[in-house]
Amino acid sequence: MDWGQILNNAAGELLSPVTAAYALAAIGISVHFGYAGLLNFGQAGFMAVGAYAFVIATLSFDAPLWAAFLAAILASVVFAFLLGIPTLRLRADYLAIVTIASAEIVRYVVSTTGLTEYTGGAAGLSGFNDAFVGINPFPTGSYGFGPWTYTANQLWIRVFGWGLVVLATVLVYLLMRSPWGRVVKGIREDEDAVRSLGKNVYAYKMQALVLGGVLGSLAGVVFVLPRAVQPGNYGTTLTFFIWTMLLLGGAATLFGPIIGAMIFATLLTLSDGILRGLISADIITFISTTQAGQIRFMIIGAVLMLLVVFRPQGIFGNKKELSFNV
Amino acid sequence: MSDTTRSDTAVTHPLVAGAVGPGCKKVDPIVVADNVTRTFGGLTAVDVQHVEIPRGAITALIGPNGAGKTTFFNLLTGFDKPNTGSWSFEGSSLAGVPAFRVSRKGMVRTFQLTKSLGRLSVLQNMLLGATKQPGENIFTALIKPLWRKREEEITAKAEELLARFKLDTKRDDYAASLSGGQRKLLEMARALMSDPVLVMLDEPMAGVNPALTQSLLGHIKELKSEGMSVLFVEHDMHMVRHISDWVIVMAEGRVVAEGPPETVMSDPAVIDAYLGAHHDTDLGDMTGSNPVIEAKEAAAAHHGGNADRKDEH
Repeated sequence: MDWGQILNNAAGELLSPVTAAYALAAIGISVHFGYAGLLNFGQAGFMAVGAYAFVIATLSFDAPLWAAFLAAILASVVFAFLLGIPTLRLRADYLAIVTIASAEIVRYVVSTTGLTEYTGGAAGLSGFNDAFVGINPFPTGSYGFGPWTYTANQLWIRVFGWGLVVLATVLVYLLMRSPWGRVVKGIREDEDAVRSLGKNVYAYKMQALVLGGVLGSLAGVVFVLPRAVQPGNYGTTLTFFIWTMLLLGGAATLFGPIIGAMIFATLLTLSDGILRGLISADIITFISTTQAGQIRFMIIGAVLMLLVVFRPQGIFGNKKELSFNV
Repeated sequence: MSDTTRSDTAVTHPLVAGAVGPGCKKVDPIVVADNVTRTFGGLTAVDVQHVEIPRGAITALIGPNGAGKTTFFNLLTGFDKPNTGSWSFEGSSLAGVPAFRVSRKGMVRTFQLTKSLGRLSVLQNMLLGATKQPGENIFTALIKPLWRKREEEITAKAEELLARFKLDTKRDDYAASLSGGQRKLLEMARALMSDPVLVMLDEPMAGVNPALTQSLLGHIKELKSEGMSVLFVEHDMHMVRHISDWVIVMAEGRVVAEGPPETVMSDPAVIDAYLGAHHDTDLGDMTGSNPVIEAKEAAAAHHGGNADRKDEH
C-alpha cells in the first residue's frame, strides 16, 4: 500500500480543474441559496447547459473561443429565465421541484439519439479544446513541485479555472456588500416584507437566479475543458455533491464554497485511495475494489450528517446566524 | 348591522362632506375604494361598497375576528387581488398595481405577524426601507462610489429614526435577537424610512406590553403631526378611543358603521356586532373573579355612583 501515492493523488486533487469547476458551481448555489434563499436543486443542469453550449458552438458552428464562452453564458441565462418565469412568483419549494426536473430533462435531451449529430448522444463529445490549448500563454516545460507538478497545458487550465473562481468570488463580494445584496438577503428572510418596502422582489430573484446559473454554466465549461463532455456526468449526484461542498464550507460565506469544494474533492480521492489500498493489501477482505467506489460515498454521507448535526453553519459560517430560529 | 341606524339624524363631522354614515364622502379622502369584493371559495371575505379614508387623520379599522379587515388591507396594498372593484390612492387607481409599486407611491404597510428580517442587522433592516438607493441596481451595485453618498444619507436617517424608537443601542444586533415588541417598533420605523404618505399598520399593539404600548401610541400620534395619514387595524379599544380621529367598523366583510370614536362605540349596531354588551366593563366583573373590583363596586353602590374603571389587575 503506497501511502505516498495516495496522499499525492489527494493533494493533486486540491488544485485540479474539476475542483475549480466544483467551486464555481458551489459559488453559484451560494448566490442562489445562501444569499437569495432560492432552492436550486438543478445546478448540474446549469453545468450541462454551459458545457454543451460551449462544445456545440465550437464543434458544430466553428465558433471562436470567445463566442463559445458567450454561447455558454447566454444559454444559461435563457435556461434561468425558463425556470424562473413560471416559478419565482410561487413559494420557494416550487423552484426546487422545477430545477431538479429540468436538470434531468437537459440530461435526457443531450443523450437522446435523435440529437447525436450535435451532442454525441450517450457517448458525448471530445476534441473541442484545441482553441483553448492554442491560446496557452505558458511555454512548454514543467511547472510546480511535488504533487503540483504540471505541464504547460495542465498549468494553463488550472490558472484559467481558478482565475474564474477568483473573479466569481470578487464579483459576489462586491455585490453582497452593496445595497443590491442587502435586498437579496432581505428576500431570503421574508420576501413579503421586502415587497412592502417597495422592492420588485420578482426581478431581484430573477437576477440572483441568472447570476448563480451563469456561474454554474462557467463551471460546466471548466469541468469539460481538460477532457470530454459526457451526459452521464450531469446526474442529480453532481448537484448533491455541490450542495455538500456548499454546506461543508458554509452557505452564505465568501470562501465557504471554495474551501468546501477543495475538502470534498480531496476527501473523495483520499478515501478512495485508502480503501483501494487496504483492499489490495488484503487488510480489508470482505469488499471488492468496485464496491469501495460506492462505500466512500457512504462514508462521505455519514460525515455530512455529522456535519449538519454538529456544525450546521459549515466551516466558515457564523454560528450566531443559525442560533436564531427564523 | 343595518345601514340605517344613524343616518336619519344627519350628524356632521369636520372630516366628512355631508352626513356621517357608512361609506360617507370625506372632505379630503386619501384612499377611495369602490365595490371591492374578495371571495375565498364560497366565503365572501370582503364586500365593501364604498369607503373613503380621510387624509391627515388617524383612522382605525375595527371589527370582529374574520370581519375581513386584514384581507381588505392586503387588497388595498396589492398583496392580494380582489374579485371585483376599484380603488385609488391620492387620485391614482391602484387596481392591479403590484405591491412593491403601491409602496413606492407612498402607501407603506406593516404586518400583523411582524416581518423583521431576522438574519440582517437592525440597521440593515432600516436601510432596506429607504428608497432611491442607486446601489440596489445590480450593475450600479458593483461600483461603490455610485451609491456611497446615498448610503450615508440613509444611514444618518436610519440612525435618527432608531434613536426616536429607542432602538439605537440595538443597531448592529440581528433583528432576530429583538423581542416581539421591539420588532413591532423596528417594523414601524422601517416603514417610515421611505417618508410614506399613508402608513397602514396591521394590529400594531398585538403582543406589546402596556409600557411599550404607550410609546407606540406616541409614535403613531407623531406620524399625524408630521403630516402623514394613518390607517390601522386594532382590537384594543382603549387605543382606538385614545388616538383615532375616525373609526370604520367592518363585520362580515362589509363596512357597517363609521364615525368619530365616541359616536361609533355607542352605536348599537357596533356594540351588537363587535364590542358586545359588556365592552365597557372589566372582564373580571363578568366572571366574578376579580375581588378588588367587586369590593370597589360594592363600595360605589353604597354611594350611589359608578365605580371608576380601573385597568390594573
